[in-house]
Amino acid sequence: MNWIAAVSIASAALAVAFGAIGPALGEGRAVAAAMDAIARQPEAANTISRTLFVGLAMIETMAIYCLVIALLLLFANPLLK
Amino acid sequence: MMSPLVSPVLFHVGSIPIAEPVVITWGIMATLTAGGLALRRQLKLVPSSTQAAFELVVETVDSQIRDTMRVDPAPYRAFIGTLFVFIFVANWSSLIPGVTPPTARLETDAALALLVFLAVIWFGVKAGGVGGYLSTFATPSPLMIPLNFVESLTRTFSLLVRLFGNVMSGVFVVGLILSLAGLVAPIPLMALDLLTGAVQAYIFAVLAMVFIAGAVAEAAPESPSNERTPP
Repeated sequence: MNWIAAVSIASAALAVAFGAIGPALGEGRAVAAAMDAIARQPEAANTISRTLFVGLAMIETMAIYCLVIALLLLFANPLLK
Repeated sequence: MMSPLVSPVLFHVGSIPIAEPVVITWGIMATLTAGGLALRRQLKLVPSSTQAAFELVVETVDSQIRDTMRVDPAPYRAFIGTLFVFIFVANWSSLIPGVTPPTARLETDAALALLVFLAVIWFGVKAGGVGGYLSTFATPSPLMIPLNFVESLTRTFSLLVRLFGNVMSGVFVVGLILSLAGLVAPIPLMALDLLTGAVQAYIFAVLAMVFIAGAVAEAAPESPSNERTPP
């Protein structure tokens, strides 16, 4: 195994590890805020949860981007060809 | 381990390779079309229980379109409804043993995202004409033209990567656990996959609605029924 492969594997793991921190914190805050809003205004629960789901998917996309980068590094690495 | 980025080729028609997701996609399309036709044949004024269940689905799609886009759902029901039902069935097709959801492959998702990209242009042009649609790129000021242009491309790309990443990661994790821990261990993860699949189908449809509603509302601002509201 040459050093490019070793660095690729390490950076794939790093990308997922650090890329998950931000979205995790963001999703936590979003869910907490939505819970707060539903507790204050239960009649708006439908609208809030719909917006929450869309927002969560948006935030989650950031982590998914990191996952895709990691998979590109592992399975479609242009430097290893 | 199999790379999640390439699709296995099953057989060749002439010189054209036919990959696994193509076969599954055509299977899903055939099932949905045959199911729809069979259901249409026995439509009654007093619905049977099957018809009532599917009427409920249509009602739900309608109410979601009405809530999200604030317009009459009729022109959008076919596109959004088909998009949702197809992605939902595709994501849940992993329930059949040996079937990888076609949405776990990059090409299917690229096609779906491209459809949304074209639908935004189509509905935008239909609402405000070519000039009206092109002028949406210059709102709120002509300075925003490059940004709006880039945005319409990147949001299509993010639609594609979101669906692909979510479904593919589910399949990938189940495969990993299966190879590490054995036969029954991935069942809870597969249940989680079904939830993710349903949510992602919903998200995809909602985002398509939001994009189309944005284009329509900006292309034809004089119509009072096209008031744009966030989802």
